[in-house]
Amino acid sequence: MTADILPRRPRPASVTGTDVTGIGAADTVRKAAMTQSADTAPETGAPLPQFPMRRTCPFSEPREYAEMRADHPVSRAALKVNGKPTWLVTRHEHVRQVLGDSRVSSNLKLPGYPHQFHIPEEMLAQVRLMMLNLDPPEHSAQRRMLIPEFTARRVKEMRPRIQQIVDEHVDAMLAAGGPVDLVTALALPVPSLVICELLGVPYEDHARFEEWSAAMMNHDLSPAEYGAAVQALDMYLDKLVTLKENEPGDDLISRFLEKNRTERIADHVDVVTMARLMLVGGHETTANMIALGVLALLRHPGQMAELQADPTLLPGAVEELLRVFSISDSGTARVAVEDIEVGGVTIRAGEGILALNNAADHDESVFPDPDTLDIRRKEARSHLAFGYGIHQCIGANLARAELEAVYGTLLRRIPGLRLAAAPEELRFKDDAMVYGVYELPVTW
Amino acid sequence: MRVTAERDRCVGSGQCALLSPEVFDQDDDGLVVVLREEPAEELRGEVFQAADLCPARSIRVHG
Ligand code: HEM
Repeated sequence: MTADILPRRPRPASVTGTDVTGIGAADTVRKAAMTQSADTAPETGAPLPQFPMRRTCPFSEPREYAEMRADHPVSRAALKVNGKPTWLVTRHEHVRQVLGDSRVSSNLKLPGYPHQFHIPEEMLAQVRLMMLNLDPPEHSAQRRMLIPEFTARRVKEMRPRIQQIVDEHVDAMLAAGGPVDLVTALALPVPSLVICELLGVPYEDHARFEEWSAAMMNHDLSPAEYGAAVQALDMYLDKLVTLKENEPGDDLISRFLEKNRTERIADHVDVVTMARLMLVGGHETTANMIALGVLALLRHPGQMAELQADPTLLPGAVEELLRVFSISDSGTARVAVEDIEVGGVTIRAGEGILALNNAADHDESVFPDPDTLDIRRKEARSHLAFGYGIHQCIGANLARAELEAVYGTLLRRIPGLRLAAAPEELRFKDDAMVYGVYELPVTW
Repeated sequence: MRVTAERDRCVGSGQCALLSPEVFDQDDDGLVVVLREEPAEELRGEVFQAADLCPARSIRVHG
């Protein structure tokens, strides 16, 4: 998910020059100096495969992954963006091993970190690291302050409000009548409003917040429009933190500030960066899972009917959908800070690693018949779509609650839901860090 | 079967409390607490699953 903070297409640096925390990308991609050993495999001398690799079927992993898992589960590839080499780790066991190893770092400023978008050096130097990219002890200090906000109990308390948000949007869909684009009608606004709730965004600002956060993932905007949205949102979050400093409320930011008065681990910019991470981490990811999950259910009508008949299957179905899509496949990026051995291969200090969670989640030794969606799959919960180790998604239980509320409500309230476009017309986010579908026209 | 958990390692994912609520809980800091150190044998399956899914490997099951 790391690179989820990056735009999904290159944008002129001039536009996003102010976007320090967001590392708005890129002018032209500068070809990095490559050593001979970097772009050929030492064993065979053959050119390295390019990363990322495309998903040919939206419900599966890129085709190359199965072969890698079988023949060379820890192997090297060249990053498309700059030709630099990175290790790809593809087996479930090895992905867990890497993400659980304290000798790897999440720090995207370290040389060797496998960037998937070009970031100008000067911009990288200025970036205030988000918790996502911090290592212990700084990571642990920040995470400890946030853990109470996401406990199983706290998420349970949030469920009625989540349900209300979902119901309001389903009401609006029903009032408008089909066909509607499920992405704009439901998938984008629900997680955005849940984050408003979490951060304590005042009600009168919800509409603007929603608009900016949707703009940040709208691939059809011009660079200027995109830049304006990023800037507006950053300025807003800055003001929001100042507001909470002066008038604390019953919300995550206020409680973070309160604890920080004794812990003193964060300055104002750190708190703004933390607030932004909640949006970056929790909006597009959840939105994409909402739309992809609904699509998957519509394409598996038998299982959709089972779920309609027995809502107790819902939590298991959510896990299976998370597994099948593993939308943040290469978000679990690391760089080795010491030599480590993974699957008999030595990864040297300073080398980049992509612990591919989509590859792990299609590992046939853990998930038999991995390309088949099976909402009753008993081992589904072992998926690594939320990562593993100390950075495992802090919002995982919140995301689960949102997905259950959305899928459950649609099945109950719009039982005749169906696709309003030919499946082959759907456009998928093949070029993006977080996999998804751009539009999902539905009717009933 | 005896269950222990290392609070120092815990990252508060809450998986254990969800999977095996009779044995695990999260305290006010959101960190793991073991409610029953010697849980009934029929809970073995869920306790093992909680230990296996713990992202911080902070749960140990002895015996
Ligand atoms: C289906 C939805 C989601 C998916 C697939 C997802 C995926 C991930 C993944 C793979 C990581 C680990 C990255 C790494 O190891 O480097 C992560 C971390 C994180 N996620 Fe999520 N996420 C989702 C929803 C959310 C939500 C709803 C929030 C908050 C509102 C959130 C906030 C975060 C944060 C703050 C981190 C960093 C944790 C740390 O560094 O300790 N995510 N997410």
